[in-house]
Amino acid sequence: MHARVNGTEHPLPHDSRRTLLDWLREDLGLTGTKKGCDHGQCGACTVLVDGRRINSCLSLAQLHDGDAIETIEAIGSADALAPLQRAFVAHDGFQCGYCTPGQICSATALMSELAEGWASAVTEDIAAAPVVTRAELQERMSGNLCRCGAYSNIIAALEEVIAAEGPLRIDAEASA
Amino acid sequence: MKAFTLDHAADAQDALDALGAGATAIAGGTNLVDLMKLQIAAPDRLVSIRRTGLDQIAPDGEGLRIGALVTNADCAADGRVRRDWPLLAQAILAGASPQLRNRATTGGNLCQRTRCGYFYDTTQACNKRAPGTGCGALGGFNRIHAVLGTSDACIATYPGDMAVALLALDAEVLTQGPDGERTIPVGQFHRQPGDDPSRDNTLLPGELITGVRLPAPSGGMQIYRKVRDRASYAFALVSVAADLAMEDGRIARCALAFGSLGTVPWRDRAVEQALVGETPSPALFDKAADVLLRDARGFGENDFKIVLARRALAATLAEATLSNPAKG
Ligand SMILES: Cc1cc2nc3c(=O)[nH]c(=O)nc-3n(C[C@H](O)[C@H](O)[C@H](O)COP(=O)(O)OP(=O)(O)OC[C@H]3O[C@@H](n4cnc5c(N)ncnc54)[C@H](O)[C@@H]3O)c2cc1C
Ligand code: SF4
Ligand code: FES
Ligand code: FES
Repeated sequence: MHARVNGTEHPLPHDSRRTLLDWLREDLGLTGTKKGCDHGQCGACTVLVDGRRINSCLSLAQLHDGDAIETIEAIGSADALAPLQRAFVAHDGFQCGYCTPGQICSATALMSELAEGWASAVTEDIAAAPVVTRAELQERMSGNLCRCGAYSNIIAALEEVIAAEGPLRIDAEASA
Repeated sequence: MKAFTLDHAADAQDALDALGAGATAIAGGTNLVDLMKLQIAAPDRLVSIRRTGLDQIAPDGEGLRIGALVTNADCAADGRVRRDWPLLAQAILAGASPQLRNRATTGGNLCQRTRCGYFYDTTQACNKRAPGTGCGALGGFNRIHAVLGTSDACIATYPGDMAVALLALDAEVLTQGPDGERTIPVGQFHRQPGDDPSRDNTLLPGELITGVRLPAPSGGMQIYRKVRDRASYAFALVSVAADLAMEDGRIARCALAFGSLGTVPWRDRAVEQALVGETPSPALFDKAADVLLRDARGFGENDFKIVLARRALAATLAEATLSNPAKG
């Protein structure tokens, strides 16, 4: 049983109890992904599995045979920051930084969910493609807690990236 | 976590064989792994049902059949669900977080266990977790607990959202077990605690949920209103699922289900009968709440739910009847 992590194939752990989070951090040394609560309640452990965000603390590693997993280490590096990372820096989207890898992985998947037209709990017309408003972004990032309370700056970072990269446009009026 | 073996079922039959041999199913794992970490659940054998092919959404007559392994995210993103059963999409999206919904499944969501704090604390008395030890919540911290369908043994709520929508939509749970297939109306899936709170639902040993069937869409106004302590990523204190149609200024048809109010997703036909044929008004909504809450009983900290349910019902009915003039 193998999983591809950040482009490299790795055998899955032998211990069935190993969570995806502990496997990434303890066995593969990918410590960018953080453990906040270990119970699905904070989002610090968010990684992408086949492009979708999940809480790695609540998933058993052995359930990921054949999956493509991406962690913060694949999204950008200190010398080659991804646009979202640059925007987080520009907008002070963090203080201590502990929740940040999870926030950025989450925001990365949020972009593709929006592009696929997924609705959220605050989408006005659930059958229609969502209009990007601040409320939409807040709701869609609600699975990532930030104990430093950098929320408004995180949303500002997202708005900048969405405005710059499209295809989606922020509805300024609806955001006001 | 206690040690366990983990097998991977290749199809439903494979899963049934493992369940028959005493294995516990794991789907998304978002509830089970959590409970295993705390040793509230300690199965020695798990079978993953993720790759059993039960992850499709398909038309079923005029209705829809949602496979047990369809993730909550995929179900809420489905164009047919969003157009014809928006209540279901709304309820799912009101629950958990995007990350959890990407992993959580239709079958697992139905089977999720209570969030009672005593159930989660293995040092406390809890008849659901450890039958016969008593109920810590009865005279303790019970703010999130039920006011309907309780017993002296347990007052915990079924905490989920999706099932509340399914109940209002007259959906059915499809299962396969040692004795063949069963179709269980959602209203008969969850169990009130009675004197055996350890069993949350009517699944039989060795039985697998294969999917959920939605009947033809009602075409009515569908609303899911969830009241909670924070705006997102929190369980409901009270929720209301409504599917309602107006005709000539009167309520022609309505289905109402309530979450986190009772020990199970709650539906009371007498409430609906009190509303059908009537002209919407605050007095009428109040009368409906009287019917809903006639046997409600608070346990101290959760007394507020009785008032909250009345207000949530009134707000939902006002929204559904005022913004529903199309057929009026
Ligand atoms: C922090 C947090 C917040 C949450 N908030 C909400 C919320 O607001 N609203 C809400 O509704 N939910 C909420 N949830 C719960 C979440 O929706 C459930 O954990 C999820 O739906 C369970 O699905 P799963 O596939 O992960 O189940 P699993 O954890 O894999 O399984 C749960 C149970 O179901 C059984 N099971 C699974 N599939 C089948 C099947 N096909 N046949 C028979 N038995 C089966 C398993 O054996 C197990 O006992 C929250 C969870 C967390 C961790
Ligand atoms: S309410 Fe139910 S789940 Fe909570 S302590 Fe009492 S018996 Fe246990
Ligand atoms: S560590 Fe996984 S959600 Fe908190
Ligand atoms: S930056 Fe400190 S928790 Fe978010």
